[in-house]
Amino acid sequence: MSDRASYTIKGDTGDWEVVLGLEVHAQIASKAKLFSGASTAYGAEPNQNVSLVDAAMPGMLPVINRFCVEQAVRTGLGLNAKINKVSRFDRKNYFYPDLPQGYQISQFAMPIVGEGVIDVDVEPSHGDPAYSFPVRIERLHMEQDAGKSIHDMDPDATYVDLNRSGVALMEIVSKPDIRTPLEAAAYVKKLKSIVVALGTCDGDMEKGNLRADVNVSICKPGQYEKFRETGDFGHLGTRCEIKNMNSFRFIQAAIEYEARRQIDIVEAGGTVDQETRLFDPDKVETRSMRSKEDAHDYRYFPDPDLLPLEIDDAFIEGIRASLPELPDQKRARFEAEYGLSRYDAGVLTADAEGASFFETVAKGRDPKLSANWVTQELFGYLNKAELELADSPVSATQLGGLIDLISSDVISGKIAKDVFQRMVDGEGDPADIVEKHGLKQVTDTGAIEAIVDEVIAANPDQAAAVKEKPKTIGWFVGQVMKASGGKANPQAVNKILREKLGL
Amino acid sequence: MHRERGLILHFEVKAAYEGDCFSDSMDLRMSDLTKLTLTAALEGLESKAFSSRELTQAFVDQIETSNGVLNAYVVTTPDKALAMADASDARRANGEALALDGAPLGIKDLYCTKGVRTTACSEILGEFTPTYESTVTQNLWDAGAVMLGKLNMDEFAMGSSNETSRFGPPANPWRRDGSNQKLTAGGSSGGSAAAVAADLCLAATASDTGGSIRQPAAFTGTVGIKPTYGRASRYGMVAFASSLDQAGPITKTVADAALMTELMCSHDEKDSTSLPVETPRWRDDVHKGVKGMKIGIPKEYRVDGMPQEIEDLWQQGITWLKEMGAEIVDVTLPHTKYALPAYYIVAPAEASSNLARYDGMRYGARVQGGDLTGTYEGTRASGFGEEVQRRLMIGTYVLSSGYYDAYYLRAQKVRTKILQDFQTVFQDVDALLTPTCPSAAFAYGENAGDPVQMYLNDIFTVTANLAGLPGISVPAAIDSNGLPLGLQVIGKALDESACFQVAGALEEAAGFVAKPEKWW
Repeated sequence: MSDRASYTIKGDTGDWEVVLGLEVHAQIASKAKLFSGASTAYGAEPNQNVSLVDAAMPGMLPVINRFCVEQAVRTGLGLNAKINKVSRFDRKNYFYPDLPQGYQISQFAMPIVGEGVIDVDVEPSHGDPAYSFPVRIERLHMEQDAGKSIHDMDPDATYVDLNRSGVALMEIVSKPDIRTPLEAAAYVKKLKSIVVALGTCDGDMEKGNLRADVNVSICKPGQYEKFRETGDFGHLGTRCEIKNMNSFRFIQAAIEYEARRQIDIVEAGGTVDQETRLFDPDKVETRSMRSKEDAHDYRYFPDPDLLPLEIDDAFIEGIRASLPELPDQKRARFEAEYGLSRYDAGVLTADAEGASFFETVAKGRDPKLSANWVTQELFGYLNKAELELADSPVSATQLGGLIDLISSDVISGKIAKDVFQRMVDGEGDPADIVEKHGLKQVTDTGAIEAIVDEVIAANPDQAAAVKEKPKTIGWFVGQVMKASGGKANPQAVNKILREKLGL
Repeated sequence: MHRERGLILHFEVKAAYEGDCFSDSMDLRMSDLTKLTLTAALEGLESKAFSSRELTQAFVDQIETSNGVLNAYVVTTPDKALAMADASDARRANGEALALDGAPLGIKDLYCTKGVRTTACSEILGEFTPTYESTVTQNLWDAGAVMLGKLNMDEFAMGSSNETSRFGPPANPWRRDGSNQKLTAGGSSGGSAAAVAADLCLAATASDTGGSIRQPAAFTGTVGIKPTYGRASRYGMVAFASSLDQAGPITKTVADAALMTELMCSHDEKDSTSLPVETPRWRDDVHKGVKGMKIGIPKEYRVDGMPQEIEDLWQQGITWLKEMGAEIVDVTLPHTKYALPAYYIVAPAEASSNLARYDGMRYGARVQGGDLTGTYEGTRASGFGEEVQRRLMIGTYVLSSGYYDAYYLRAQKVRTKILQDFQTVFQDVDALLTPTCPSAAFAYGENAGDPVQMYLNDIFTVTANLAGLPGISVPAAIDSNGLPLGLQVIGKALDESACFQVAGALEEAAGFVAKPEKWW
């Protein structure tokens, strides 16, 4: 594994580094809300999925949804984290029209999941190779989502939709272990792959079911290491929290902007105010939402309507026994079983569908060749076409068929790319395409010899020159391949050329 | 009034009626039906001496003539009551009578009642009419009871005199001898106590956060019990302080209290703090006597400035129990003096959060302001009365950053100490005997200007709330002014049986039969 990339920003006073900690909100994949039986279905008419509890009618009481507790524990286990057998719900008090109770029920002092750690995989970027690094998880707790305020329906009024009010969220808090915008995005990707594999969150960022708040601060080189040694945040700059980002691109852009903004302030002799900021994707900038001075005093206290949440070993072990193979375990297996690189194994196991697609393709075939075709050609195509794997025009069976044609020398790798393109265009099974377009590789040495003879005869000067510089044989190979319409077996061409040219 | 036409009823009942036993038979006027105890009325219904419709009509008429003066009810539901009575009579005719079938009850305005305005006597709830029913009242309707209306209370149950009600206070049916001065029926369940004492219902639901059942019961010569925290569901009860609020009844006798409590209590999955326990048949405990029981007398309840009459009452109670074969043990509850301050931190803290939902956004009254903050401020300033605002401010303060540890956390620690005190003494004794209140009923305005003086009313009752224990108040004497006084029995957690046993014995020994002279 390669070392971590360093990320420095040039300022007038020298280099700066960033320190990042993330709070990710993941909506628990539950049909009912955290404390009521109301539906969580997406896309309902406003205020259709609202129970008396969600609307905070007088005398209504919360009752914990056991399924949500299971999902939180399941996620905790997936984060290799400590499960707290006693946790507690607290009230976070503040007034807002989309918060009907006047408080959010959250776990402030005693979260259900404590410290854990996950390995985060960073893709190659700007010449830096791929690498992995650990991120320590500080905690995971359950809390209620608020409703939605709609400000743009009427110039004078705000409308409130309580469908989301009371929906169960997991807030996953990292330690400040993340050092580059790319790492931040990679961390969220990793969390997403874990919760999706566990089935505890659908990971749909577009719907806001997975979103991130990023704490950004800057420091001079060397300061972060001092912070890690001492735990003293005094070595780091004042942090700002950028709220609610639901795309990897936004996360990176917001951090880049915010770090530069903080550097500019400090270098101009100012001080960074601790505040909450919003990222504006249109203007690609962060804006102040509220400063520390007008931060709420949330008056946290234990919710007296709920007893402390107590779970036992049997409950935890029952969940542990039902855990699926997690992305990291799967990656390790792919490395061992298929002999793949850590990076390729990581790409293939980032989500369950991709991994299962690969395993279908690789069954009984060359794993490395299969991995290349899945990650390079297929994923490359899907990325470019902005398609999900589920919408892929090429099935795993079809891709496997293509690889079979390569392995049995029916077509060359080069022709295979052409066949793949035709598969993408909907021409059907690779064998049919090869048949229909006459793309079978020419392995008949007689036919190849004839072409080789023709090419040598037509180019006597080059034939003489190649004897001096044997490396230029490539030119002859190219000519022969061209003359064969790309169908000649390259190994055969090479062999015959060498014989005929006397190399 | 058509009830006064002289219709005579003839029926046999064996239960207590104003302290006497009905002999084999007796004559009773319709208007006298309202004077029956719940137990006696149910027996009358069962023996078909009268119908639920007749009984209910009698109460409807009484309420109509009396409520203008007593102000016990803030909503009356005569049509609903008579319809429920008819349905009850039909069930009884079919031999399908239920435990409370046909018994007309009053419901504290704290309980959400489907289709009937529920405001907790606060302006801020406006004309709020729930689409749902509280578990406790549903249990009563499921047992065949009849609803007469909603009873007056202190706004959000915050008060000890019912003077903070948006509808004005109810009057205590009791007055001092020779005086026309109106007295408070106590609070917060003042309407419930006044209605039961004045025969405006057979029994009433009430609720107790710091003494709101027991103090009004003591002030009106009625019986009131706060069961163990978690016995009765809080679902559908307008919340004051969630960790202290508990439902209970106010009734005419201990036996009635046992019956009502049995039917009000249930395990309810809609309330996470509801206890998953069976509800015993407490009626069977009332007449068991106290022979062999050990009764603790906590010395800390002998407070400075306590009137001699209260001290005498307490001694009298001790003597009665001794005479009936109980062993009296002096015990100590050393943290008692911290109970009231701890209560006035915990209860307002929880209230400040519980009442945040009254923001004028979804239901209840709204005062539109220029912007969101203006609307919040206008709504809450005009919707909440002075006492509620005082407690919301105290509660907000004690939970504030930097003060939480010094106030709320410390109060919770005190609470644990108080519970431990009780647990220690309950290793040796079966129940505790104390006065219910440090005084008899007082006049309106007597304590209204001094919140601390008012809070002292709860001094003997708050401990049971803080520790979650059952406590019952039983009328035991009439003071020199002719006003009733109550004794309190505190039991172990989930041992309401002991409370009913001791209270039943005290009721029998005291032979308390006094009723207020009718002036309304």
